[in-house]
Amino acid sequence: MLKDITIGQHFPGNSPVHRLDSRIKILVTIAYVVFLFLSNNVAGLVLNVVFVLAIYGLAKIPIKMLKKSLKPILPIILFTVILNLFFITGEGTPLFHLWKINIYKEGIIFCIVMVIRIICLISGTSLLTYTTSPIELTDGMERLMKPLELVKFPVHEMAMMMTIALRFIPTLIEETDKIISAQKSRGALLDSGNFTDRVKALVPILIPLFISAFRRADELATAMECRCYHGGKGRTRLKQLKITGNDITISIVCVVFFAVVLATRFVFPSLI
Amino acid sequence: MQEMIKATNLWFGYSEEKKSVLNGINFSAKKGEFIAVLGSNGCGKSTLAKHFNAILVPEKGQVEVCGMLTSEEDKLLDIRQKVGMVFQNPDNQIVATIVEEDVAFALENMGVEPAEIRRRIDEAMEKTGVYKFKNKAPHHLSGGQKQRVAIAGIIAMRPDCIVLDEPTAMLDPEGRRKVLKTIKSLNKDYGITVILITHYMDEAAQANRIVVMNKGNVVKEGTPKEIFSQVEMVKKLSLDVPQTSELAYEMTKLGYKMSTKAISIDECAQQLYDFLKG
Repeated sequence: MLKDITIGQHFPGNSPVHRLDSRIKILVTIAYVVFLFLSNNVAGLVLNVVFVLAIYGLAKIPIKMLKKSLKPILPIILFTVILNLFFITGEGTPLFHLWKINIYKEGIIFCIVMVIRIICLISGTSLLTYTTSPIELTDGMERLMKPLELVKFPVHEMAMMMTIALRFIPTLIEETDKIISAQKSRGALLDSGNFTDRVKALVPILIPLFISAFRRADELATAMECRCYHGGKGRTRLKQLKITGNDITISIVCVVFFAVVLATRFVFPSLI
Repeated sequence: MQEMIKATNLWFGYSEEKKSVLNGINFSAKKGEFIAVLGSNGCGKSTLAKHFNAILVPEKGQVEVCGMLTSEEDKLLDIRQKVGMVFQNPDNQIVATIVEEDVAFALENMGVEPAEIRRRIDEAMEKTGVYKFKNKAPHHLSGGQKQRVAIAGIIAMRPDCIVLDEPTAMLDPEGRRKVLKTIKSLNKDYGITVILITHYMDEAAQANRIVVMNKGNVVKEGTPKEIFSQVEMVKKLSLDVPQTSELAYEMTKLGYKMSTKAISIDECAQQLYDFLKG
């Protein structure tokens, strides 16, 4: 049952979005988030929505996935809506008035803008993990953060830790499954009782899991040493990242898009 | 023949335990040999193995690998490149999320050029028969396949010697057979020195030489025939003999004369045939 969990789901494919250099993909995603929150007018928001949908189409990711990724954040969206609806005060008379609750036109508009922004934010950033394999992602991050080495930030070590963590997620999930079965066979009651009982029942699962994880870590460290691992110094990589024509085309399209989004700020009146 | 690994009067003890684990071991492996190391649990086999590529350094005595002392700090990477090591649990040796990336790990560490890495990992994956899984995630492979990926990761370094610490202990019979076949082909076809630590006597019987350890010492050394024909001595060390030797031994005990030197199934069958024919 635990085996079905996938973290940072990846949909392998061969679309231009999949082939895009992971460094550019990360940068575009970050830029997208920034410009999403910079767009405060109708045209800007519409452009952002169109942009995300266009990339989903280009990457051939089913829209079903979009729904799936938005489902868990529904409570957050509702919370934002309710909070903003009641607490934003505008000028003039409120549209709705009951006892101490006042709802203004400005509040409603702000809510709509926020909802669009959150939905775009989640669907846009999930695209990154959908179209990039974990190893490319860590690779891209390592290379992008390379300049931080100048200030003694352990870039290579961070990337190595991420790779190993990703590698061991399925192994540890399998192990957890085994431990749960082992404890159940000794009469552990995991699915009954009240909340505190259930939390307590987790202890005999977590302790063996931790002990085994430490043992694994120790063995892995030895195995890595056996394969001449000595940190990031003088290390080469099997896969070289190369900027191709596809990368340049997509980058130009993105830059134009971001410029247009920025321009709408000066042309159209702000909604908020 | 050239000495690959040479341990002289090797003493070692883990600091948290009072007792020393290795008590003055003398061991040598020649180039191209296939050596099996036998011994009951806790006799120091794994500790000895870890001395061969400087994961552990002797307290007293010395270990020499291709003429380099393991205690020399600046030779560390050269030694580890010469002597590769494979452990029992394949899961705990695989670093990357894709097979070919994992096979490339050692070469990346050594700073080999990308094009050369590609050539060498393809070769290593061909030799161990895992080329067809090269783009798969390790957790989708069986134990035997994972262990062969781990071996490929070592072979890619082009070591002169490979030390395997119970590589088949966690595998099913099919996986065990394939891993052993790979190990034998590395020794035979590519001339790599193999040191195999194992509890399986049928695996040990295929070696050129067997080293039997007990309580931190080498107690017996010889060809499989020499070792396994001394059935009582082997049993006294809480080890087993191959079923063929066992059969001959039991027959002899009942008064029928059979040689315990017939280790392979064919030899044993021939002997039985001769015996039955009278």
